[in-house]
Amino acid sequence: MAAHDTGPASAPRLALRDITVKFGGLTALDSVSVEVPVGSVVGIMGPNGAGKTTLFNVVCGVYKPTSGTMSVDGTEVRPRAHRLTKHGIARTLQGLGLFGGQPVLENVVAGLQSSTRHTFLEELFSLPRAAREEREKKERAMATLASLGIEKYAAALPDTLPYAIRKKVSIARALVSEPSLLLLDEPAGGLGHDEIEELGELIRSIPGRDCSVVLVEHHVDLVMSVCDSIAVLDFGKLIATGTPAEVSANPAVTEAYLGVDAA
Amino acid sequence: MSSRTTLIVGLVGLVAVIGLTFVLDPYRNYQLATIAAYLCVVAGLTMLTGVNGQLSLGHAALAACGAYCYAFTANGLAEQEVTGPVLLILPILAAVAGAAVLGLIVGLAAARLHGPYLAGVTLALVLALPAITSRFSDVFNGDQGLYISVERRPEFLAGRGGTEMFQAWVAIACAALVVILLRNLMKGNFGRQMRAVRDNEVAAAIAGVNVARTKVIAFTVSSAAAGAGGAVLAFMTQSASPGAFSLVFSLFLLMAAVIGGIGTLYGALWGSILLVVLPDAIGSLTKSLSLSPEVAQRLDGNLAVGLFGAIMVLVVIVAPLGIQGLLRKGRLKMQSRGTPQSVPVPK
Ligand SMILES: Nc1ncnc2c1ncn2[C@@H]1O[C@H](COP(=O)(O)OP(=O)(O)OP(=O)(O)O)[C@@H](O)[C@H]1O
Ligand SMILES: [Mg+2]
Repeated sequence: MAAHDTGPASAPRLALRDITVKFGGLTALDSVSVEVPVGSVVGIMGPNGAGKTTLFNVVCGVYKPTSGTMSVDGTEVRPRAHRLTKHGIARTLQGLGLFGGQPVLENVVAGLQSSTRHTFLEELFSLPRAAREEREKKERAMATLASLGIEKYAAALPDTLPYAIRKKVSIARALVSEPSLLLLDEPAGGLGHDEIEELGELIRSIPGRDCSVVLVEHHVDLVMSVCDSIAVLDFGKLIATGTPAEVSANPAVTEAYLGVDAA
Repeated sequence: MSSRTTLIVGLVGLVAVIGLTFVLDPYRNYQLATIAAYLCVVAGLTMLTGVNGQLSLGHAALAACGAYCYAFTANGLAEQEVTGPVLLILPILAAVAGAAVLGLIVGLAAARLHGPYLAGVTLALVLALPAITSRFSDVFNGDQGLYISVERRPEFLAGRGGTEMFQAWVAIACAALVVILLRNLMKGNFGRQMRAVRDNEVAAAIAGVNVARTKVIAFTVSSAAAGAGGAVLAFMTQSASPGAFSLVFSLFLLMAAVIGGIGTLYGALWGSILLVVLPDAIGSLTKSLSLSPEVAQRLDGNLAVGLFGAIMVLVVIVAPLGIQGLLRKGRLKMQSRGTPQSVPVPK
């Protein structure tokens, strides 16, 4: 019986079924299904314009899919971007997506919106609960920065920092809400060899935080080394899924993606 | 600055300004009251435009909405022979509420618009004002506007500074309240949400900020502050007329926010002071040049606009953070000269 148990305990953290997204005449995603089991790292690969970011935007409610469903822990949801963290989902944006005008600490505290309890009026009149929550949020953000080893940059403006540190800040902003699903959109983009290695270790450690990961990434070595399973997109279609070994042995993948990469 | 320093600076400033009203002559007290009235509007505008990134060219119209709401309420109360503090406070509250409602409506439209489109909508608002007041002339009394029965100064003030001193007190009290409340919002999580939306809407949404809601609330709060400013102006001039809330005034408000230092309440203060002091200084200057009355009159109005525009262009080029930005830079430089740098300097 246990094998057929469909209760929340065995339901995948995230399940996308037959997601189709059309922008006018362009089909950015064509009936794509992806599952993210609890505690796993799932990689999504594909050439430029394959639809990887679009898939994240569907999960985040930034785009509404033309058709298809999404469930979180076995429950179907229609996501709205600002309610994402309430579902325990956090995401980093391709590039940086930081709030440039504000110090690192503020950027990270911004990721704690869903734990705000005080009301607008409490804040307007500066009542104690609002002030206490502000303090607690700052402490949590500092702790997250410390866990990534970048707490000494808390007061700096992002633009003044090396790119690799800024990348970590964007990851800190996602991790601070203690999500149970983390979506990383090309976290290795713009990083050097050693930095990518360090990033790989970080990603591998995230399931230890009770958090599943979806990793969109061009950097083949990174994806192969950290992912439990991989889905490959090409022109909006899912052309392969499987373990890293299966995917890298798949001729369709070599042709569509790895071949291009090697050239 | 820490909260405590701000509190102390604010309190000392407030006490000093109230003390000032005892020594200033009536004309200067009237100017002081005008600065405080402008501060309400500019503070709201600087939060909306500087902190939340929504450009409004229409804050004069929102202030006008406050002024007219003040007029209707005060005249209604006076007809019922209401006097005393109620005749002062109730109209101000009505002005704040009225402007907030108008702001809510505009804000709902604004939340879907960006940059020039938003500027266009708010511009339409100021341009529509004289048309509305003359179209519904039986309500608004056209270009001439409404006369307002206001609460007179308390008896005990009769012998001292008189009416202008009382006006300054009311204006300062309103401005202080507006600034304190806006400061609370800008310092707290709502301020963080506004800045996040300004810097990157998608990133803000993903972090859990309801982008549309944040924009609408920011517009509503900003309008309420403008309404308070309009109420104070109505109270001081005992009138509400479209001419007092023209497009030029709207542009002046925006320039004041920019020159003072956009997005900061101190900047709003510097800008509001300039807005009153500069035209006054230009007035004395043209007088001292002993020009023909015709030329002088022409210069009086236009010179201020031109000069303000020129200053703003200069500020945008050489000091984008305005007067407050310059002051801050100066202070930081002084501090770093005294003590070794405590902020970690990243490589
Ligand atoms: N809002 C939009 N409107 C129209 N077309 C879009 C929109 N967003 C994405 N697209 C198109 O959808 C396709 C998939 O884009 P997407 O950003 O998902 O690619 P990607 O796999 O993330 O690529 P990259 O590796 O370059 O980040 C592209 O052809 C893109 O031009
Ligand atoms: Mg992408």
